[in-house]
This record gives sequence, C-alpha cells and structure tokens, in this order.
Amino acid sequence: MTGFTLVRQIKARPAIVFEALTTADGIAAWWGPDALPVVSAQIDARVGGAYRVHFHSAGGGDHEAVGEILEIDPPTRLVMTYSYAFGGEPIEVGRTSRIQIDLKPIAGGVELTFNHTGLANAASVASHTGGWTGAFDKLVRMFGESAG
Amino acid sequence: MVNYQTADLDRVFSALVDPTRRAILARLEAEESLSIGALAEPFAIKLPAVMKHLDVLGQAGLITRCKHGRTVDVRLAPAPLREAVDWLARYQRFWSPALDRLAAYAEAKEEQVRAAEAKEAGE
Repeated sequence: MTGFTLVRQIKARPAIVFEALTTADGIAAWWGPDALPVVSAQIDARVGGAYRVHFHSAGGGDHEAVGEILEIDPPTRLVMTYSYAFGGEPIEVGRTSRIQIDLKPIAGGVELTFNHTGLANAASVASHTGGWTGAFDKLVRMFGESAG
Repeated sequence: MVNYQTADLDRVFSALVDPTRRAILARLEAEESLSIGALAEPFAIKLPAVMKHLDVLGQAGLITRCKHGRTVDVRLAPAPLREAVDWLARYQRFWSPALDRLAAYAEAKEEQVRAAEAKEAGE
C-alpha cells in the first residue's frame, strides 16, 4: 500500500476510542500536528458524510482538512478521504488521499492501526501496480537514518 | 535543503515502483560506481532495457552518468531519495503526535467512565 502505517495501543474500550475519532468534540481534542487548540471540527459520521477540521500548526499555519466518510463500522473501522480546503503542505494542494483506521480489541484496551495512503499521484499509481511497500522499506533502509 | 517540486517527487516515486530499478539503486548503493555493462550483468534483460531503466532513474535525478573513454560510469545521487523519505516522514510527524493525544484523550475518558461505573455499582 502507498504511504505509511502507525500503530498505538490505547488503554480504553473500543467504543470510547471510536467516539474520539467520529465526534466533533473528540476530534477537537486531538487533531493536528501540534498541541494547539483546534479552531473548529465538524463531522457527519455516516457513509457519504463530510468532515471538516480547521486547525493551526506551530509557526502560524492555518489549515482546514476536509473529507468524506467512505466506510464507518463502529467500533472497528473508519475510512475517509483526506484533502485540504486551505493550508496543508504545498505539495498536497489539490490531492486527495485516504485514511483508514482499524481498531482491534486487546487485553486492557484497543490497538489502533492508522493507515494514510495515496499521498501522491505517482505513489497512488504505485499502490495499484504493487511494489510500493518494498520501495519505501528500501528507502528507509538506505536513507531513513541519514535523512533524519 | 533543496525543495523538490511535486513533479520531481512524482518522478522519484514512479522510478521506484519498478523492482529492476530498485535493484539497480541497491547495487549502486553498495558499490558506489559501476559501468553500465557491470550493472546490466545480473539482470535477465537486454542492455537496451537496462538503458531505458537508467534513463528513468536519470530523469528522476536518482543517478548520474559519467563517460570515461568507452565506458559510462553510473553513480547513485542520494538527494532525491532523501527528499522522498523526508516528505513521507513529514506526514508521520503530523499524525504521530496527534495519535498520542488521541490515546491520552481516550484513556482519560475511559477512567471517567470507570469511575462513574464504580460509583454506580457502589450505590
């Protein structure tokens, strides 16, 4: 798959984590790259529903992420599109990527798997033709450390 | 640091899709500099096909070619690869702290709910 995966183990029941992902209050509590207050969050948590998160990044960046819910299956899966109404990385303007979040119950809580894919046109093509994961692994092995 | 344009990054990612081209890069990473003939040797494809792959890698800025008499030496140019890694890392830097805050938020909620449940059970 294109992009990257992050995994977190959370000491909370799946329903609570899912609520944090799919309610405006929940999203407002955690969204964004920096610990700055989210300006506003809206979500229509159903298939075809829209979400919109207006947030700031450190250094005065003003961003609004928008997207559509593609799949919602409480409390195990959320799939949505991701793009910027304004702000964002310059390179990301006009592109739509995909976020998939899966929740798996584990002892004492839940394991959250976050997958952000389709980050670029070429990368998107790569995900269809295969071989992307290998390329990225290779990249990280070759240059990931020195790039830091 | 040089900031590559979208089209440049697209070329890098497109170049990396192909397993033969990744194998070529891996060999260049290990050997610093190779002639085209030496590069082509381990691959079960003809020299013109290797040349085509080298063209794609060259257009993406991933290799440099230098003519020495009758041979052409190929070298890895690591900057675009670093840029591609940085670019993906930027997204991880965006989401990783956000997910940490999500976890902290959910865990605080869980404690509230448990406290409320314990209180209810005690009453």
